Amino acid sequence: MIALYIVLAIVVVAALVIVVRRRGRRRVPQLAPPRAAMPEVLVTEVTSMPSLTTVRLEERLATSRGVFDRVRSLSPSDHLSEEQLAVVEEVLLRSDVGLTTANAVLEELRSHGAPDGVAAAVREILLSSLSGDRTTSAEADEGRVPVWLFVGVNGVGKTTTIGKLAKRNHDAGRSVLLAAGDTFRAAAADQLEQWATRTDSGIVRANEGADPGSVVHDAIGRASAKGFDIVLADTAGRRANSTNLLDELSKVRRVADRAPGQVVETLLVLDATTGQNALSQAQEFLAASGVTGIVLTKLDGTARGGIVIAIERDLGVPVKFVGVGEGVDDLIVFDPEEFVDSLLST
Amino acid sequence: MFDALSERFERLNTSLRSRGRLSDVDLDQALADVRLALLEADVELGVVRAFLDAVRERLSGEALSQSLSPGQQVIKAVHEQLIEVLGGTPLKVTYASKPPTVVLLAGLQGAGKTTAAAKLAAWFKQQGRQPYLVAADLQRPAAVEQLRVLAEQIGVGVYSENSNPVEVARKGVAEAARLGRDVVIIDTAGRLSIDEALMDEVRHISSATSPHYTFLVIDAVTGQDAVQTARAFHDALSLSGLVVTKLDYDARGGAVLSARGVVGRPVVFASTGEKIADFDLFYPERMASRILGMGDVLTLIEQAERTMDPSVVAESAGRMMSGTFTLDDFLAQLNQVRKMGSLGGLMKLMPGVSKEMRTAASNVDEGELNRVEAIVRSMTPKERRDPNIIDGSRRTRIAKGSATSVSAVNQLLKQFGEMRKMMRQMGNGAPAMPAGMGRMASLAAKARSESLPAGFEALGAGMASAASAPRGGGSKNKKKKGGRVTPPKQR
Ligand SMILES: Nc1nc2c(ncn2[C@@H]2O[C@H](COP(=O)(O)OP(=O)(O)OP(=O)(O)O)[C@@H](O)[C@H]2O)c(=O)[nH]1
Ligand SMILES: [Mg+2]
Repeated sequence: MIALYIVLAIVVVAALVIVVRRRGRRRVPQLAPPRAAMPEVLVTEVTSMPSLTTVRLEERLATSRGVFDRVRSLSPSDHLSEEQLAVVEEVLLRSDVGLTTANAVLEELRSHGAPDGVAAAVREILLSSLSGDRTTSAEADEGRVPVWLFVGVNGVGKTTTIGKLAKRNHDAGRSVLLAAGDTFRAAAADQLEQWATRTDSGIVRANEGADPGSVVHDAIGRASAKGFDIVLADTAGRRANSTNLLDELSKVRRVADRAPGQVVETLLVLDATTGQNALSQAQEFLAASGVTGIVLTKLDGTARGGIVIAIERDLGVPVKFVGVGEGVDDLIVFDPEEFVDSLLST
Repeated sequence: MFDALSERFERLNTSLRSRGRLSDVDLDQALADVRLALLEADVELGVVRAFLDAVRERLSGEALSQSLSPGQQVIKAVHEQLIEVLGGTPLKVTYASKPPTVVLLAGLQGAGKTTAAAKLAAWFKQQGRQPYLVAADLQRPAAVEQLRVLAEQIGVGVYSENSNPVEVARKGVAEAARLGRDVVIIDTAGRLSIDEALMDEVRHISSATSPHYTFLVIDAVTGQDAVQTARAFHDALSLSGLVVTKLDYDARGGAVLSARGVVGRPVVFASTGEKIADFDLFYPERMASRILGMGDVLTLIEQAERTMDPSVVAESAGRMMSGTFTLDDFLAQLNQVRKMGSLGGLMKLMPGVSKEMRTAASNVDEGELNRVEAIVRSMTPKERRDPNIIDGSRRTRIAKGSATSVSAVNQLLKQFGEMRKMMRQMGNGAPAMPAGMGRMASLAAKARSESLPAGFEALGAGMASAASAPRGGGSKNKKKKGGRVTPPKQR
């Protein structure tokens, strides 16, 4: 029952501070004056990354040059030197895979060497973590409406991804209804409505501040009555370290999963620029809403999104789609090999 | 004070003392640990390297302090260096002699520019200024509408028209001048640093409006890309500073150091939540502690203040000190804490908590807390006030009532008893309180012959600094009228 102590510790901290502050005892911590003058600019030379003229992931992969070439140039060997390993580590860390994954790869290389070349070995090790099932389901039980629920922190691209997936479903011959479940952020429903217009989808929306659960509920009712094939439900962006906000999300999911609705996919949208925090985002959203897959957005930028490797390996949540732009067609199905290559092409 | 890292540095402590000087080997070892801490916090690799070089320079050859262990001395140097880099030369916001003062916001998609624009407007308003907003994000659907809604909430005018971003910005500034507004904030569309067309566009917006201040809005959860992005925007726009968003997330926020490190411009504002009011000047020290995993007590406290009811907390804190803390108090406190967020997230902000402890906290499932709550709720008011009267039959009843087991009830009561005993001791000598906290936890753990994750002992030390750290230093610097606002270098 560690929980008890944690709660108590937090309470004591809070209480102590309040009490101390009320007593007006204030002591400013004395910090030693800085000794060495600090340069204004810490790093003047940024390790150069390729300037990409094309935003297409596939095309970019074909032309990728960079640090990984250094890895490629390392010759096959049963025994890697510490310098060689350091290059590998740098490439990996720069892709945001995180220390755990980087260390695991180095460990593998140390014990097994790289008889077919370092690049091939690293590639293979990373790929072995990306073995999840990436199929998506648009089918619900007889008489129920399939629902895809989109969750994630603020600004990662949930609403945009819904637009893109609405198009995709539409192209697959399904009639799509969007549920404007973000009733919190200003003009969120207007934003989704524009995507509905662009993709020929229906939309159910409510006023700002309305209960998100009831918007989703209404959408499912409407879909069931009018024969829509699938409901894509937006939710408000929320930080992953708030029990209240996650509870609210669990509630929305429960409502969406009640007949005639059936949640067949809960897609966590992750921004590729995110660092190690993405792992705790995935943990928390998984616990709160039973995430079935990840959409990794903004891979058209300079960020690599390597943290999804740890997420897929440790939490077993597969990446299903990748966002590569702001347009309605800028979404591709996740391909592990392509991804690993792009990861290593910095 | 620097518990999380000092734990790693324990081994440095004794062996070095006699030598009176840090050897290169020792320093290498210590800096290797610092490197890991920084990388875990998402500080960019190149920035980490440059930073460690600076720390090494600071430390090498320096005589060891008498009062600090070598390990502590390394951490102190790291911490000071961090504050120096993060604080740098703070930006003085001055206002143009010929108004309006133009502020341009730029950044990646989803960084939080639109919200930051509105928050900044509210902040200027609070300074006694008359801000005006310009909606130049014509890219994202409904971005203009979003800014309009926010502007209405804070009672600030917005300029928008459906032409092109450069036109909107130019006319917006002219309109602000015509209306006699003295600050105008331009919200722009999110753009990738490698999108040449859009980077050109924002350059044009800049030259069309000659902003006095150009801020890059950067998300605190950003990873290694922070450097690439900050550099590209700085090259294009010659930034005056940074605005960091989403500091209410539980990320360590190394991106702030990365961006600050390559741009050489100060972080000016920090955004800490979804509400308009969750916005303030940036405090380098908080960020320094946070990046090193030393917790961010002040943010924790702010979160506490936003969600907790101070009277409830203060009341039971009083009873805590006097040793009359009851299970009712505990229940009230439990609810207060749960309102604040997940335990795992909160622990990340706590100083002096080891990694194991954090992991333990993030693994605590809410069900466990529910069980604790259920047990206490199944007691009568009298029992909650005086748990000593809870005998065998009462225990059975409570176990039944809470759908738990008698042993769970026993366990809770035993722990509570230990806690109370410790609290009474702490109350008797106020200075002993912080240290007592850690002891309390380990004592209770011993009583259950279960080892508590390492690092709990250190809690106390962290709390001492929490208690002595004043906050809200920024408000002193916020003059209602007049031109200058200087983010405090020192809280
Ligand atoms: N370059 C690029 N931009 C994207 C991508 N996906 C989304 N965006 C942009 O990111 C920004 C935020 O996207 P939204 O769809 O509004 O994100 P959200 O998660 O719904 O945001 P909130 O509802 O505010 O939490 C917008 O400017 C999008 O155009 C992508 O794959 N690449
Ligand atoms: Mg949205």
